[in-house]
Amino acid sequence: MIEIENVEKSFGALKVLDGVSLTVNKGEVVSIIGGSGSGKSTLLMCINGLEPIQGGRILVDGTEVHARGTDLNRLRRKIGIVFQQWNAFPHLTVLENVTLAPRKVLKKSREEADAIARRQLEHVGLGDKFGSFPGKLSGGQQQRMAIARALAMAPEYMLFDEVTSALDPQLVGEVLDTMRLLAREGMTMILVTHEMGFAREVSDRVAFFKSGKIHEIGSPEQLFGNPQLPDTRAFLNSVLK
Amino acid sequence: MFHTAVSANDLWFLAQGAGWTLLITLIAMVGGTVLGVVFGVTRAVLPGWTTLPLGFLLDIFRSVPLLIQLILANSFIPILGLRATPFAVSCVVLALYTSAYCAEIVRGGVLAVPQTTRRAARSLGLTWWQDMTEIVYPMALRVMLPSWIGLTLGVMKDTALVGWIGVIELLKSSQILITRMQNEPLFILMIAGLIYFLISFPISRLGARLERRFREND
Repeated sequence: MIEIENVEKSFGALKVLDGVSLTVNKGEVVSIIGGSGSGKSTLLMCINGLEPIQGGRILVDGTEVHARGTDLNRLRRKIGIVFQQWNAFPHLTVLENVTLAPRKVLKKSREEADAIARRQLEHVGLGDKFGSFPGKLSGGQQQRMAIARALAMAPEYMLFDEVTSALDPQLVGEVLDTMRLLAREGMTMILVTHEMGFAREVSDRVAFFKSGKIHEIGSPEQLFGNPQLPDTRAFLNSVLK
Repeated sequence: MFHTAVSANDLWFLAQGAGWTLLITLIAMVGGTVLGVVFGVTRAVLPGWTTLPLGFLLDIFRSVPLLIQLILANSFIPILGLRATPFAVSCVVLALYTSAYCAEIVRGGVLAVPQTTRRAARSLGLTWWQDMTEIVYPMALRVMLPSWIGLTLGVMKDTALVGWIGVIELLKSSQILITRMQNEPLFILMIAGLIYFLISFPISRLGARLERRFREND
């Protein structure tokens, strides 16, 4: 369970998170939508401790992420994160990209790590690309590799930060298919997304972010079908036109 | 018909000089690179103001002509009551000089690795050290290698200056031959130049080959 309690975060004078609270239960898929610069991506970085926070707290399975003495390297093993810019390691082959963390962090043997990586890469449809370097892959393939890389750590939570925003339109589908598959398998997921149709389809709950706050949250039917607040309606009108 | 008084013995004398040139280059590059990596990484990861004194010191090594550094070091060491051969002084001064340049190369290389890539590594649970060794080092190496090869060639030629404080390296030994034989200065300098080239050429070829190998993967 991920518990976000009243989190505040600023970059200098700019307040990006202004008292955000959200609880995500095991097996739940929560989508976060909202305009650019509303703090959605920053929230994901805070959940795995990549960004410090100035107020409130975040608990992952009861462990306070930003508490002194929390072993972040250990905590991050169970939180996979995939970024908008897929961030492949360009000097490693596709297989090595995926085996790196299992070998170095989980101390698995090369054979064990290879087996895990092969399984995950086949899972995301890259079974024929083991020996390729990321530079030779399309954006969609690199993004699926990044998903496999995160999954190879057998995380309990997956965070997706606008993973299709930097992709050519014809490559978006293959990445969404991979995420759809994960949702169906019961992975706990938080996705920051601009793909409204996808959010509506896979989410248990959808949160609308505005000015560093969760402005409105509810089931997809409720939030997309019958938004209660005028700002939510205005945002949905502007993106669903 | 071409005739020369340069004998096999003289050539052997030049070869010995070249040996010293190579040895000093090697020591300066090893020492300078080790120090340069430490200084460069420090400058890249610590906040700017904490490394100002280090940056200032490295600036001195880079901006004062090497010849002045060599002569000053060679003179001050006995004044301080320490004993060091000109060879040892040469190695230390050249290593520090090299480290100042190498530090900038390393700093640039580390900063060239995108922050987002490093975040991806850390978010997989890699420690700071694992991120440095598994991600930053190999990625930065591709950026640093051409400059580092250039630095090696530069330092190799800069060793010609240590003849001033009495180390008989390649240039100094050719000077000695020239003084002794009087009438063949250009021919002897050509031989010395050729030897410098023969040392440099394989290094630059090796660099080009490594670069090509890296590029194949991108």
